[in-house]
Amino acid sequence: MPAPVINVANLSKHYKVPVREAGLKAATKSLFNRKYNTVKAVDSISFTIEPGEVVGFLGPNGAGKTTTLKMLSGLLFPTAGTLDVLGFQPSRRQADFLCQITLVMGNRSQMSWDLPALDSFELQRAIYGLPRPEFIRTRDEFIELLEVKELVKKPVRNLSLGERMKMEIIVALLHRPKVLFLDEPTIGLDVTMQRRIRQFVEEYNRRTGATVLLTSHYMADVEALCRRVIVIHNGKLLFDGDLSALVDRFSAFKTISVTLANGFGSFRQYGEVLNQDANHVTLRIPREKTPDVTARILAEQQVDDLTVEDPPIEDVIEKVFANKSAEA
Amino acid sequence: MKRFIDFYLTSMKIAILEQLQYRAQNYFYLVGVIAEPTIYLVVWSTIANQQGGSVGGYTAGGLAAYYIVWTLVRQMNIVFTPYGWEDRIQHGKLSMELMRPMHPIHSDVSYFAGWKIVMILFWFPIAAIMALIFKPSLNPTWVQVVVFFIAIWGAYLVRTMIFAVLGLITLWTTRVSAIFELVFALEMILSGRFVPMTLMPVWVQHIAFYLPFQWTFFFPINALVGHPTPLQLFSGLGMQLLWILIGVVAVRIVWHFGVRRFSSVGN
Repeated sequence: MPAPVINVANLSKHYKVPVREAGLKAATKSLFNRKYNTVKAVDSISFTIEPGEVVGFLGPNGAGKTTTLKMLSGLLFPTAGTLDVLGFQPSRRQADFLCQITLVMGNRSQMSWDLPALDSFELQRAIYGLPRPEFIRTRDEFIELLEVKELVKKPVRNLSLGERMKMEIIVALLHRPKVLFLDEPTIGLDVTMQRRIRQFVEEYNRRTGATVLLTSHYMADVEALCRRVIVIHNGKLLFDGDLSALVDRFSAFKTISVTLANGFGSFRQYGEVLNQDANHVTLRIPREKTPDVTARILAEQQVDDLTVEDPPIEDVIEKVFANKSAEA
Repeated sequence: MKRFIDFYLTSMKIAILEQLQYRAQNYFYLVGVIAEPTIYLVVWSTIANQQGGSVGGYTAGGLAAYYIVWTLVRQMNIVFTPYGWEDRIQHGKLSMELMRPMHPIHSDVSYFAGWKIVMILFWFPIAAIMALIFKPSLNPTWVQVVVFFIAIWGAYLVRTMIFAVLGLITLWTTRVSAIFELVFALEMILSGRFVPMTLMPVWVQHIAFYLPFQWTFFFPINALVGHPTPLQLFSGLGMQLLWILIGVVAVRIVWHFGVRRFSSVGN
């Protein structure tokens, strides 16, 4: 079995933040007696990621996702714990390490605003010392995959947000990194553009076997790309496992949608009725009762169609965080 | 090494392309820069004329030469400022630079070197007009010309390193503009920017000799317009090299300890 690409053990990042009350008096007082709070942005988390895995890194705002990504990519020095990415200690920021990874942040740009993206691609070639034939092959392959042949000739400032994001993805992957840290890569994009970016990441992973660690508030990104998710909240790791296991663990209910051949009678005896119209009804059923209830409906009703679904992943995640906040 | 040369040439090309996008803005900027030396030139020429044609060994023509060459040296001295470093660090913009497999200072040095090539091209017609108006007296030897050409790039590197070290202080403390202003004030007096160093009191000249500032302004200008001996020319280049080395070491040390404090705020 190959060694993990990412190995994180008891990783922590704490910040010392100055605090004071509002007002002039407090401001004057703080000149002589400054008080600090220690914020535990990341608090002793551990996990490993195998080569080629695409892992979703989930958590509400301020959970510590981006801080963790920044430590993994070498931008931040950890306060404690050990960290190993591709056999390197990221905080040492060795050139050999940086040539094998990339970090895409949805609201940060690597492009020259005034020039066509092709010029920024060229600069990227020089930064990474890519052989020209290999660079041209990769560049053209990505341009074709993202269908941006004409866009790469326009000044970046004239591109839409989604078009710019496509360029950012290309520029970040031109050196064919083995590990991708994607921090909200689809933030602010419309659904079509989100899908294109997702498809591209999926295709890159399939073609190169790269490892991907993705944060996103769009669950569609996570569902489409990640079999495994890591959930953190207030800097602590809450869950690490398959997305389906997360749903099993944190969702006590399933949804049954029934389409009837000839109208319907009462469905309250089966469970909570969420929605009903002319010949369609949606029920919420406790997870453990789902097989029984399904069998009863099929036996007792004239069913045209029946589907059993897990609740939307957004609802599950929301429930996870809500539970943990309540516990805190 | 080949990779670095390729990077420097590509980055310079990008800078040239960007600056050509803003031709009019750059030209107006350059015209604005001319205002400062023109004021100095008019004041000192008037004083020279009132003192029988020269001041501190500079004739009116010599002063005209000094301040016209000043305009070129000033362009060469423009580097990534401490304010730029402050902005980069405070707003987390340094993050993307840190992801590259080379020190961010390489981007700055190469980018501004490309920028200068455009500005030098724009400078020629302005210098020609100034020469027609102020009639400079300029008769350098070929050695002076060669030393001047090397010295303006040396000045650029000295100033880049000094200001990078200054800017990197932002890694420790959030607002450092006041420190920058103090250094700029010292530079103004001790560099030859405000007035040729030979017009300063001797004790000021002694202090200036041991500081980096005059090697970025006065030395390159004087190398072309003054009458330095070959020894003075080459020792001047030696001083520039020394300050570049001191700057490189200082940047490395400050960077080594400072970058671990970078908090990459604002994403």
